[in-house]
Amino acid sequence: MHGCWFRAERGNGGNRLVATLWPGVDPEWSRTIGVPSTSAVDAPGTVRRWHVLDNGAQLSRRGLAPAGTLLCVHGNPTWSYLWRTLLAAGSDAAHPWRVVAVDQLDMGYSERSGTFRRLADRINDLGDLTDALDLDGPVVTVGHDWGGVISLGWALAHPRQVKGVVLTNTAVHHPSDSAIPPALRLALHPLVHRWGTTTSDAFLRVTHSLANPPLPADIRDAYMAPYRGASRRAGVGNFVADIPADASHPSFPALTCVAEGLRGLKVPALMLWGPRDPIFSDRYLKDLITRLPHADVHRFEGAGHLVAEDRDIATPVFQWLAEHGGVSASQPDTVEEPTSGGHGRNGAAERSQAGFRALWESLGELATGPANEDIAVAEMAPDGSVGRSLSWQQLDRNILDLASGLREAGVGNGSRVSLMVPPGVDLTVALYACLRIGAVVVVADAGLGTRGLSRALKGATADFLIGIDKALAAASVLGWPGRRISVRDLPAARRRILGVETSLTALAGLGAKHGSGLPVHIVDPDAPAAVLFTSGSTGPAKGVLYTHRQLAAMRDTLAETFGIGPGARLVAGFAPFALLGPALGAVSVTPDMDVTAPRTLTARALADAAAAIDATVVFASPAALRNVLATRDDVSGAGHPALEGVGLLLSAGAPVPERLLAQVQQLLPRASLHTPYGMTEALPVTDISLEQIQAADAEAAAGTVAGAGNGVCVGKPVHGARVAVVPLAADGTAPGSHAVTEAGVTGEILVSAAHVKEAYDRLWLTQRGSISPPGWHRTGDVGHFDDAGRLWVEGRLAHVVTAPGAVVTPVGAERAIESLNCVRLAAITGVGPAGTQAVVAVVETVPPSRKAGLAAPALAARVREAALEAGVMVSAVLAVPAQPTDIRHNAKIDRTRLSRWASRVLAGGRPGEP
Amino acid sequence: MRVLVTGASGLLGREVARLLVRQGHVVATFQRRPSGVDGATDFRGSLTDAAALRRAVEGSEGIIHLAAKVSFTGRAAEFDEVNVEGTRKVLHSARAAGVRDVVFVSSPSVANSGTSIVGLGAEPADPQHAHGNYSRTKAEAELLALAADAPDFRVAAVRPHIVWGPGDTQLVERVLARASRNRLPLLDAGAALIDTTYVDNAASAIVAALHRMEHVHGRSVVVSNGEPRPVGELLAGICAAGGVAVPSWTVPGAVARAAGAVVERLWTWTGRQEEPPMTRFLAEQLSTAHWFDQRETRELLDWTPAVSLDEGLARLAEHYRGAGG
Repeated sequence: MHGCWFRAERGNGGNRLVATLWPGVDPEWSRTIGVPSTSAVDAPGTVRRWHVLDNGAQLSRRGLAPAGTLLCVHGNPTWSYLWRTLLAAGSDAAHPWRVVAVDQLDMGYSERSGTFRRLADRINDLGDLTDALDLDGPVVTVGHDWGGVISLGWALAHPRQVKGVVLTNTAVHHPSDSAIPPALRLALHPLVHRWGTTTSDAFLRVTHSLANPPLPADIRDAYMAPYRGASRRAGVGNFVADIPADASHPSFPALTCVAEGLRGLKVPALMLWGPRDPIFSDRYLKDLITRLPHADVHRFEGAGHLVAEDRDIATPVFQWLAEHGGVSASQPDTVEEPTSGGHGRNGAAERSQAGFRALWESLGELATGPANEDIAVAEMAPDGSVGRSLSWQQLDRNILDLASGLREAGVGNGSRVSLMVPPGVDLTVALYACLRIGAVVVVADAGLGTRGLSRALKGATADFLIGIDKALAAASVLGWPGRRISVRDLPAARRRILGVETSLTALAGLGAKHGSGLPVHIVDPDAPAAVLFTSGSTGPAKGVLYTHRQLAAMRDTLAETFGIGPGARLVAGFAPFALLGPALGAVSVTPDMDVTAPRTLTARALADAAAAIDATVVFASPAALRNVLATRDDVSGAGHPALEGVGLLLSAGAPVPERLLAQVQQLLPRASLHTPYGMTEALPVTDISLEQIQAADAEAAAGTVAGAGNGVCVGKPVHGARVAVVPLAADGTAPGSHAVTEAGVTGEILVSAAHVKEAYDRLWLTQRGSISPPGWHRTGDVGHFDDAGRLWVEGRLAHVVTAPGAVVTPVGAERAIESLNCVRLAAITGVGPAGTQAVVAVVETVPPSRKAGLAAPALAARVREAALEAGVMVSAVLAVPAQPTDIRHNAKIDRTRLSRWASRVLAGGRPGEP
Repeated sequence: MRVLVTGASGLLGREVARLLVRQGHVVATFQRRPSGVDGATDFRGSLTDAAALRRAVEGSEGIIHLAAKVSFTGRAAEFDEVNVEGTRKVLHSARAAGVRDVVFVSSPSVANSGTSIVGLGAEPADPQHAHGNYSRTKAEAELLALAADAPDFRVAAVRPHIVWGPGDTQLVERVLARASRNRLPLLDAGAALIDTTYVDNAASAIVAALHRMEHVHGRSVVVSNGEPRPVGELLAGICAAGGVAVPSWTVPGAVARAAGAVVERLWTWTGRQEEPPMTRFLAEQLSTAHWFDQRETRELLDWTPAVSLDEGLARLAEHYRGAGG
């Protein structure tokens, strides 16, 4: 009777049944096939009946020649239904692919064999099936869950046919020194196993419940359909029992064979991952990446085990297939030059020619130079004195010692090391030590918020985590990945609690003891060097990967644009730039502040730090500057002359209002005040000084320069950078690929420079979208040029409001509204359907309103009038006690959140807080 | 062209008739009272009087049908007789008299079941779910009118949303009267976004529909200023224009809606003739968003509103200053 149920149902009218019971499946795809078995578990001559979803016949009936075959293998306890979106996409005449999605034996609607089929059998079974199907021509395998292993087993056994592999939430190896995931341990437990997987449908229901958002009832029913009744679920139980939890398991050799074989698999690979998976978590993804380092990887933040249900995977799979010419072998990525013009000098052309000078090179020179006893790095103590400092010689020595010690601890080329140490001497030493041995530093800051930070660290899967006590404690509680290294030596008990293996102090001692025996390590300039994170003010924080060459280019851009080099002495109140101090050959001092909260920098702390090194340069974020101004009366007697000695101030991270800069000028009377514009992916892009801002605003007001106005002027491209825009379409997107620099044309801002990021980390799709047109980086900001070649930023692309007949960018109207005395911060957002949105102004007033809600009519009228002068018709004006801003900069208003709140309030809901 | 306007003694009907006269059309009106429109020929009568209606329709090329029973209260049968049967009679006489075009003036409430409307177009009329007798009967009438549309007898439905202006008794006078007695609450802090139509704009849109029948016949369009405003600000603007203190107390919308429903039923049951202090319709109007996507309307009618919301409020203020002084 095995396998007959389905055939009996199919007869006449069976196809209609398919259409209603399996939403999304074309009945024509469903077929059964008798397959002679050669698997060891079966007696010779056995023929097994398989059910597959296969669009091959349909394609030939329609006269479409497929580019190849996608062989899709489900895991446990799903069935071929999982791949219906790939079948639909493969049937699209625009990119026909034959898609064969199998139901494995004892699973789905394939035969219940009454046997216990192990991994080796199942890999062989799949080969039997493709033989029976006469599958020839190029094949790309697609696998999920344990089907991933089986698909890879097939791929390794068919090297001539396989042209690519696609993997979704799967695993091929479990390190013997760590426990298997608790959920799996439970399913394998003898007391639970048979009941949970076979007797009851608990395992099925739990798996289906992992979908996020939850599966609609009809789809859940379709997944359940082939497994109704314990007798139909034997395969589900056997599958679970066949998971090799340790080396003694009968299937362990077969699994190891696949896992090791993978290292030799050179075909293109794509991994699409849902990180919210209790079983196949990021650590298995990391393992797969080490085996297939050339793979394109995309983690869908928020998606889980059933990633094919949670997200559209068909679109990226077919984009990927198209990009790899359908079937061609892996090719090295070619760097394309920007296709068309842009303002600024071409940096990309220099990329291939320039001699590479590693980040640490000037450090070594200074350590052996005449000034080697002078202070190189220092950090201030709360009492205003220098807390700690290192000379150039000591800094170089410490870095080499630690580098050597880290290598002994197992940190190697390509190891990812998460640095959770506040800016200062320790961070500087650790950072440069890691870079020198080719480790990739992962720099996630508390500015992401605990949740964002946790998500970022789990996604980056560091091998090591170097942290201060607080970070190590959080790592234990929140399960951040990486072997733990503390900064100082910890008492044994504390070490145990925190799971700390060693300390920087111990490692440096170890390195020093073994002498400077650090073998010369040649770092590949184009190897990854750092992962930084975006602020997450527009969606989950993204990891941004830089190579050594790109970090060096960032250093050179700063040096060339601002003339910072040996002899410069800088106060480092802004982390990203501060870390480059030693690379620039500049003395750097960290002021006494909580660097995770920029607004804790006081005027006194700034002046003390400046006095300690006779500072010439100050780096500070806009939020820090606000607090410096608020506390300017506290500067001690010696502080003022020190501040007067500062010649250059750089404030980046968020726009700095002219009003604020003008006040800062009073405190730093001789300094040239600059506010470079940039982002985590490209730092900096353009630069402008206070005088230039004032000139630009005056010209905008006078209307003497075409295109001046409607935004914040951020000046001209920095040394080596080119900037252009892709014009906005009526729907508020920038879909084109033509980069322009005509004055007054608003579009998404593009940048091309040697110091632009290498890629988004494990975000293949995002990366792909960010480099179109080729050679450019799409910033996600919108703006335009004026006739003088200056860039004016108008806001975020995601925050553009599409009012009827007008695409409204926020910044121009916001600035007009903020010119009212009674408004401190304004945000423009939209409510209603795209294309016919109503424009809403949300204001934080002076003094702030007590609760959030409708602005008083008089205020509303003034705001509306101000916005109208900037050409924007405002429907509603809302007031909030405080604008929601990002944690890192306290400056970027979360307009998306305001839009959600405004939508609720303006639909008649209770105001509450945004 | 000879155009008959029914219901020309009301705020909007009068404005429509005047605009047609200004455009040089031969204008007739039909209603119980004198229209007061210079240059138009008044035919007096009720929609229930078929013979009177036939006389007025005779010789018309186009009809703009505004006459209706507009009220928050009253018995269902009265609404049916005037709004549904009256419309049926107009359509019948129009066909019989060889009239080519009919513009049925409707209301967005025909498609509103009481939830928020945020940037929607003209949804289908739905008598089953429309709230209150007025909306229900207008919905039935609109379906009736559009069903009669044919190549040689073109019918379009225009739904102006909350028409107001100087001399308006439906919204402006009511708001002012209540506010002056401190009986106008703001529901849910008055933040619901509401679109309205200044009377001149509603009139020009209706006349535009008559001129654009080839594009608009067989369909309904919602007409508004396309300037959604928070209701609290709108009421404050009306109060300021009328020289009355702005309402300052708020009531939760849900409470008002429930109270309104009770009052409505009580009023109907006791047969009281004056308007009740709060109806469910009014509570819904004042506590939920309703604003519309105007892009298609403007394209179909080749029309844009000439008087902005703020300009309308200024004219209202001038009207009351004139009346007071």
